Amino acid sequence: MKASPSLLGIEPLDARQITSLLRSARRMARGRPRPVLRGRHIVLLFYEASTRTRVSFELAAQSLGATTYLVHATASSIEKGETLLDTGRTLRAIGADAIVIRHPSSGAPHLLAKHLDIPIINAGDGMHEHPSQALLDAYTILERKKRIEGLRVAVVGDIFHSRVARSDIHLLSRFGARLTLCGPPDLVPDVAVTLAPGLRVTRSITEALTGADIVMLLRVQKERFAGTELRPESYAAEYQLTPERLRLAKRDAIVMHPGPMIRGMEVDDAVADSTQAVILDQVRNGVAVRRAILAHVLGAA
Amino acid sequence: MSAQKNNSPRMNADDRGSSHSVLIRGGRLIDPAAGVDGERDVLLRDGRVAEVAAPGTLKDPDEVFDARGLIVAPGFVDLHVHLREPGQFHKETIATGTAAAAAGGFTSVCAMPNTNPVNDLPAITRWMRQPERGAIVNVFPIAAATFGSAGERLTDFAALRQEGAVAFTDDGKPVLDPQLMREALRQAAALGVPIVQHAEDTRMTAGCHMHAGPTSFRLGLRGMRFEAESGIVERDIDLARETKAHLHVAHLSTAAALDAVRRARSLGVRVTCEVAPHHFTLTDTDVGEYDTNRKMNPPLRSSADRDALLAGLADGTVDAIATDHAPHAAFEKNAEFDRAPFGIIGLETALPLAIGELHLKRRLPLTRIVELLSSNPARIVELTGRGTLAPGSIADVTIFDPKKKWAYDVARSRSKSRNSPFDGWKMTGQVVMTVVSGKVVFRG
Repeated sequence: MKASPSLLGIEPLDARQITSLLRSARRMARGRPRPVLRGRHIVLLFYEASTRTRVSFELAAQSLGATTYLVHATASSIEKGETLLDTGRTLRAIGADAIVIRHPSSGAPHLLAKHLDIPIINAGDGMHEHPSQALLDAYTILERKKRIEGLRVAVVGDIFHSRVARSDIHLLSRFGARLTLCGPPDLVPDVAVTLAPGLRVTRSITEALTGADIVMLLRVQKERFAGTELRPESYAAEYQLTPERLRLAKRDAIVMHPGPMIRGMEVDDAVADSTQAVILDQVRNGVAVRRAILAHVLGAA
Repeated sequence: MSAQKNNSPRMNADDRGSSHSVLIRGGRLIDPAAGVDGERDVLLRDGRVAEVAAPGTLKDPDEVFDARGLIVAPGFVDLHVHLREPGQFHKETIATGTAAAAAGGFTSVCAMPNTNPVNDLPAITRWMRQPERGAIVNVFPIAAATFGSAGERLTDFAALRQEGAVAFTDDGKPVLDPQLMREALRQAAALGVPIVQHAEDTRMTAGCHMHAGPTSFRLGLRGMRFEAESGIVERDIDLARETKAHLHVAHLSTAAALDAVRRARSLGVRVTCEVAPHHFTLTDTDVGEYDTNRKMNPPLRSSADRDALLAGLADGTVDAIATDHAPHAAFEKNAEFDRAPFGIIGLETALPLAIGELHLKRRLPLTRIVELLSSNPARIVELTGRGTLAPGSIADVTIFDPKKKWAYDVARSRSKSRNSPFDGWKMTGQVVMTVVSGKVVFRG
C-alpha cells in the first residue's frame, strides 16, 4: 500500500496491491500462522452492530499474536458527547497500534486516517465501502473460478444502500469481470453505472442471471422500502433468487451473500442451502483475508 | 440621500470623518450605476463623495491616496452573511465577521437571521446594530420571516423594518407553506422590501449531504436533487407574480432554477438572484474524500449547473455575487461528513475568485464584476446612497488591484473560523483598501 498504510476502501487500491493482499491471505490460510503481530494492540471500534466482521477481525488479529480490544459505541453514546476524532485520539494515546472501525457514517474512517498517525482499517462505513468483504469475496471467487477476468457477475439487490456492493463492484471490475447490476430503481438507481467502467443496470432478473458465473446477492431490508413505492412482497416476487431462476445461470455458477441473509426475501431457502451457495466459504475465508490486511497495514506481511 | 433609519447604521457616525478630505488619485473608477469606467480622481469629504473629476483637477485635500494602477469601486455589498451573533460567538462575532468583510472589500453585509435566538424581534435587530458589537463595516440585518424561522407565524415586518431590517427570510429553513409564503410576499411588498428565499424543498432533502449525482453515489452519501431547489423557485415565482412582490432567490445553484428566474423575468416578474463564489468555482466532484470544507447548502453542483451559472453571470440573469459566509469552528467541521455542519467562510475570497473565474478565465469585464459585487446588491436591498460613488453618495469605497497575485492563507483570516476550501489557493486580484463612510477600515 502507498503512502497511507490504512485500508479505507477498494477504490484507492490498484490491482497490484489487491493481488498482493490476496496472495498473503492464501499464505496465511494454511496451518498455524506465525505470530507476526505479537505485542501489537488492535482496537476494534464498532459504532454499529456486527457479528461476522467483528469476530472475524478479532480472530484474525489474535491468531497473529495481537491483543484486541473491543470498543462498542452505540450511536446514542456519540450523541452524549465525545467526537469520533477525540475517541480516536484517545485510543491512540492509550496505545492502539491500529484501529479497525465500523461506523454508520460514510467516510468516518477517512476522518480518523486524516488525523491519526496509525493505520485505520475500514470495517464498513455507512453506504460507502466494506473493503475486507470485497477481498474475501474475491478470494472465494478465485478458489472456485481461478480467475476474475471475463466472469459474468450478477449483483442483485439493494445496491444503493450497500457498502459491500460498492467495494465488490470496484474490485471485480478492476480485474475485468463483466458486472450486471439488478434491482428496482429505488435500490439500483441508474447512476450506479457510473461507479466503474463497463457496468450494466437491468430491471430484469432473467436478463441478469442468464449465463452468469457468479450471483452476488445483497441484503434487502424491509425498512428501506419506507418512502418508496416498493413492497416487500413484490420485491420477493420479482427478484428473489429461486431454484428456477438460478437455472438461468451457468451450471457451475456460485451464489454469494455477504450476510446477514434474509431467507424468504432476497433468497429462497433451497438456494441458500444448495451446493452452489458458497456463503459459509466466504465467512471462513474472511479470517485469512483479515490476517493479511492486518499484517499488511502493520508492516508485518 | 434619504435619511431613512435603515440606511444610516449607527456605527457609521458621519462625524468621524468630519471636515477631513481624502483624495483618491489616479485610479480607474468603475461605477456602473453612474455609467463611469475610466481614470478619475475621487474626493471624499465628511463621509460622502464630494467630487469626481478628471485626473489632476482636484486640489488641496488633507490626504492623498495614490490609486494608480488600481480599481476604485463603490464598496462591495454582500447580501448573504452569517455573522453568528447573537448566540454562536464561538464561530464568529459581528466584530470578527465584519473585519473579514472589510478585508474582502465589503463595506456592507446583510446578516442572516439564523442566530441564537433567531433574529425575529425588533430588539434583536436593534442589538445587532449597536456600536457595542464592534462592527467595522455596515451591518444590515435580514430578519426572520417567521418566528423562530419555524415556518408558522409571520414576524412583525414593519417593526423589524423600523429597526433596520432590509429584507426577510427564513434562510436555511425555507418557507414551505405556500399560504404563508404568499402572505410574507404580500406584507414585504407593502413595505417595499424583498423576501429572500433559501430555495430547498426540505421534504426531498432529509438526510442528504451533497448534490445527487455520480459522486454522491460513489461516496455512499444521499444526494440533494436539483428539483428540490428549482421546484421551490418555480413556486415562489408564481407567488411573486400573483402578489407583485420582490422575490430574491438566495445562493441559486442549479441550471433549472436559473432558467426559471430567466423566464420569470422575461414575463416581468420582480425576481432577483444571487450566486455564491464557490458555486461558480467548484463542482460536486471537488468534495473529494469527504472534505467537510466543501460541504455547504446548497451543495456544490454538477459541472452542467456550474456552466449554467457562469452563463447567467455573463448574460445578466444573475444579479449579485453573495458569499453565504458561514463560519463554523474546527471541531464542528472535523467530523463525519454527514454530521458536519453545512457552510464555508467566503468574505475574503469572493473578489479574487470572481476575478480569476469570471474576468480572467471567461472574460467578463471588470465593470460587470463590480456590478455583481456592489451596485446590483445595493439596489436589491435598496441601500440608498450606496453601490455608487456619484457625488453626494456615501463614501463607501473598495480599492483593489486586479492583477496582484497572492495566495490565500486561511490561518491568517480575520474570520474567527477557518472553514475555507480555498486555503492555499493562488489568487489574482487583491483588496488594497476598504473605506466605510470615509474612514479606512482595511489596508492590504
